[in-house]
Amino acid sequence: MSTAADDQFYREYILDHYKNPRNYGRLDNPDITHEEDNPLCGDVVGMDFRVQEGVIEDIRFHGRGCAISQASASLLTERLKGMALDDAKKIDKHDVLGELGIQISPARIKCALLSLKVLKVGAYGLADDEDEV
Amino acid sequence: MSSNGTGRLDVAAIRKDFPIFETGIAYLDSANTSQRPRQVTGAMLDYFEHFNSNIHRAAYHIADVATERYEGTREKVRALINAASTKEIIYARGTTEAINLVAYSWGRKNVKAGDLIVLTILDHHSNIVPWQILAAANGARIEYVDIDDRGELRQDQFRELLKRSPKLVAFSQVSNALGTINPAQEMVKAAKAAGATVLVDGAQGAPHQGVDVQALGCDFYAFSGHKMLGPTGAGILYGRRELLEAMDPFQSGGDMIKTVRIEGTTYHDLPWKFEAGTQAIGEVIGLGAAVDYLGGLGMDAVRAHERELTEYAYEALSDIEGLTLYGPPPSRRAGVISFALAGIHPHDLATIADRDQVCLRAGHHCAMPLMTRLGVPATARASFYVYTQKDEVDRLVGSIKEAQRIFK
Repeated sequence: MSTAADDQFYREYILDHYKNPRNYGRLDNPDITHEEDNPLCGDVVGMDFRVQEGVIEDIRFHGRGCAISQASASLLTERLKGMALDDAKKIDKHDVLGELGIQISPARIKCALLSLKVLKVGAYGLADDEDEV
Repeated sequence: MSSNGTGRLDVAAIRKDFPIFETGIAYLDSANTSQRPRQVTGAMLDYFEHFNSNIHRAAYHIADVATERYEGTREKVRALINAASTKEIIYARGTTEAINLVAYSWGRKNVKAGDLIVLTILDHHSNIVPWQILAAANGARIEYVDIDDRGELRQDQFRELLKRSPKLVAFSQVSNALGTINPAQEMVKAAKAAGATVLVDGAQGAPHQGVDVQALGCDFYAFSGHKMLGPTGAGILYGRRELLEAMDPFQSGGDMIKTVRIEGTTYHDLPWKFEAGTQAIGEVIGLGAAVDYLGGLGMDAVRAHERELTEYAYEALSDIEGLTLYGPPPSRRAGVISFALAGIHPHDLATIADRDQVCLRAGHHCAMPLMTRLGVPATARASFYVYTQKDEVDRLVGSIKEAQRIFK
């Protein structure tokens, strides 16, 4: 019962990022490291950052969970690598959802935004407030 | 209407009573909440449109009707679970509130520092967290009965724990996450012999099989209306009268009193002592209609239907490569099947199934200690009820194969 909708939801590049995550693993002695989970579905995403002179020189993520949470994290690390911290601070949920490029149902929005939460809470020490994400 | 004299449910006829199936959904999440037949929504609508008024207090006709229907549910429920008296049937919002009532009113008075509470790793959070809060407040300890590799409680370990004279034993009649049917009667008997007070969480029991609380022998039995064709907001706590009489109220205020004076208050008789404030009148009336509906089907026929479907689904899912089934064989489980697919997270499967209008649960099923014990973050779960047909199981199999195609 294949429909256009589900193929579009699980677009090829999302599945690709899920199966072949970019920047996956850990950094030795990272400048910043932070992990968040989503207890409802057991998704976990953590990120290690190496920051030099205000620029994210290197980044790795680790975790487990659904395709949306893991692909979202992989996509975000690609975007963050080499980015100035000041620019990274401006990334918001619209950017992350736009990058995924699919309609996310309310039930799955936390999966899609888990990696952004890691970035915000961990790297910027912002309050653990989902409204901020 | 239903079991056409052969002891088998006439599912096609039953489905006509449930307008929601006209939407074309395959509904495989009845362990979460069931659907409601027209008879239930109709009884509620009748109240809201024709005799909406408060109970127990007004001196006019429609209030008499409301009171009569509201109290009428109590007798229907009493008969359903064979309690000795309607005084032992307390209305609560659901299983969660019923267990909280016991933890608060019975627990705070009777559980002392150093006392042992025995729970199980199969329990729903609603039968864990209230006891953790009680234990923290009163200095009690909690031990959890583990499961074996088939997802069945380790009775040997349970017997060992009973030797330590627990004050309270509380367990699920049926696991909501794995469908395991626990040997409740034997467990209650052993726990009572060890001197424990026993609560049985019947949220997944009462909707699916005949229950006789006197034969079961437990002190408390809790269940929810919304998992048995009734509305949300109406559930039941059964308690043995002697215990209920000795307990203090849970919530307090209007309707649960006899007299209130500045010097002090005397409480109402059972069961109203535990029903403070204006109740969920329409919902309780709806629950009565649900009990009538199940009575018309016959609980033996309900159980037989679910068993047949579970065997069918178990076999169909067993044939799928890369699919892991959790829990006991179909003969020892209720209409619940938990499973996982290699390389596909349950939430991704549920999203793909949703595209086919297949309603499937994915998550920890409010049983995080059990998920930890199984070593998985989440499972997918299909669950069945009186209206479930094999075609819906076939549609689930189609969605699983579609997910495997997308993720291959």
